[in-house]
Amino acid sequence: MSGPILGLEKVRVTYDGIRVLEVPSLDIQEGVTLAVIGPNGAGKSTLLRLLGLLERPTEGRVLFRGQPVPPWGKLLPLRRRMATVFQEPLLLDGTVEENVALGLRFRHADPAVVRRRVQEGMGILGIGHLARRRTRTLSGGEAQRVSLARALVLDPEVFLLDEPFAALDSPTREGLLADLKTILSKTRITTIFVTHDRDEALALGDQVAVMIGGRILQVDVPERVFASPVSEQVARFVGVETILPGNVQSVREGLATVEVAGWTLDVAAPLTAGERVLICLRPEELTLFPSGVLPAPSSARNQLRGKVVHHLPTGPIYRVTIDCGLLVMAAVTRQSWEQLGLADGAEVVVSFKASAPHVIRRA
Amino acid sequence: MELVWQGTKQAVYLLIHGDPEVLRITLLSLQVSGTATLLSLLAGIPLGTILALTRFPGRSIAISLVNTGMGLPPVVVGLFVSIFLWRSGPLGFLGLLYTPTAIVIAQLVIAAPIVTGLTVAAVQQLNPRLRVQLVGLGASRFQVVWLLLKEARLPLLAAVMAGFGGVISEIGASMMVGGNIYRQTRVLTTATVLETSRGNFDMAIALSLLLLLLTFAVNWTLTWVQQRGRTP
Repeated sequence: MSGPILGLEKVRVTYDGIRVLEVPSLDIQEGVTLAVIGPNGAGKSTLLRLLGLLERPTEGRVLFRGQPVPPWGKLLPLRRRMATVFQEPLLLDGTVEENVALGLRFRHADPAVVRRRVQEGMGILGIGHLARRRTRTLSGGEAQRVSLARALVLDPEVFLLDEPFAALDSPTREGLLADLKTILSKTRITTIFVTHDRDEALALGDQVAVMIGGRILQVDVPERVFASPVSEQVARFVGVETILPGNVQSVREGLATVEVAGWTLDVAAPLTAGERVLICLRPEELTLFPSGVLPAPSSARNQLRGKVVHHLPTGPIYRVTIDCGLLVMAAVTRQSWEQLGLADGAEVVVSFKASAPHVIRRA
Repeated sequence: MELVWQGTKQAVYLLIHGDPEVLRITLLSLQVSGTATLLSLLAGIPLGTILALTRFPGRSIAISLVNTGMGLPPVVVGLFVSIFLWRSGPLGFLGLLYTPTAIVIAQLVIAAPIVTGLTVAAVQQLNPRLRVQLVGLGASRFQVVWLLLKEARLPLLAAVMAGFGGVISEIGASMMVGGNIYRQTRVLTTATVLETSRGNFDMAIALSLLLLLLTFAVNWTLTWVQQRGRTP
């Protein structure tokens, strides 16, 4: 990492006087995959177009490697160091090969170089066998692979993706997501990835930016964004959850042993040993006991010891943050909170079933 | 019916034996309308592209004017071009009235709005996000416009056909600004009117057949170009 490759400074975008984006400052480090998540209309795509130099901010500056970008109309050389992929594949009429070569031809690349890079690009995305096919005969997933190959063959310094999987059915999406994950972790291209899907953000993002109402409310590593949202708005969007990064140690009879921050958890999920995973726990899945009270024998086979950091009363439910070496978020009724005699600073045992976690594989 | 039959037989005879007058009229028609169509493309495609791709105050009025122009009655065009080229008119000093050039000018005025209007429609039917995508892949402004026009080539060829069809078949303007002068400005449509009024139905039918053949040949060529490489 060598300083921010892209940045925004006091940026504001208004359409017909209506503010759609306001970013006082944003730095994107080189080599990082930044996942931008947020609800529809949050300004995510506008942010992406600003960073891709496809749209001008109404106010403020866009910085590339610390320097303000040139005025509109002189951006071509900079734009040619980036590549954008949209939700729709937006292919031209013609063959797959011709489409993958498009950006290279814009750059007047040597024909031999074009041929080699196109072959490589199609190979990486697994569309080599479609080279001579006309684009209008492709399926949605194939077309999006062509679109990704067309951008990746440019070997861009910045790779921008605007909801690239949103229009695909879920098996297709998962296959493509896995391939993209491999490519990004291999190439380490600086990537900005806009999505409304939390799982996609978690799977791909080194960092997650949460956008709501035209503002970036939080930028951090995924675990922290999901575990400790900075505001109620962010919390409501990300769903207050516990996200624990871990490594699968062993698997026996569909039950995986996952090491998480020194704890060993049993997780019922189809995993393989050696995989890096994120263990997601909804607050409702966790049960709290005061330390010293032995939980009743049950199928809740995971128990973590920790200390209550703070609690947030939201009506009859208390949202409780517990530090077990990692932050864990639980929800208890006010009644149980009082009956169990819990308080901030109290030692507690957090317990949950092996089937409770939602597991996300990481690159 | 006898009239039609006799006329057609005579017409075929005239065509087969290559009557020099018929040939001259046909070539002039092709030359005048071809030139007018070509010029209308040179003006209409860039203009239509600009109207389709840019935003400026008064743009929708401009498009409405173009669309209205697509239905300009040739006699009205003939009238105004005549006035402009009239010896005492603003462009009278050029001495163009009753020359093939005058017909080209009138036909250009008829075809240009057709080509412009259909170009606007052709470019606007493309996915508006395609343009942003091309820029996002590093296309220059010229490369973007070129690829968008290439992508819209099917409706654009339809614009060419409509433009040519509009001028090869019009008669009012050619008559008024060309004058239907023997061996100078007589084209297929004006000649057909003349021969019909004289009762020379064989000649009139021969000219009509040629007009149909010519229109068909041009459109068939354009359709071939348009549909090449297409699978239904």
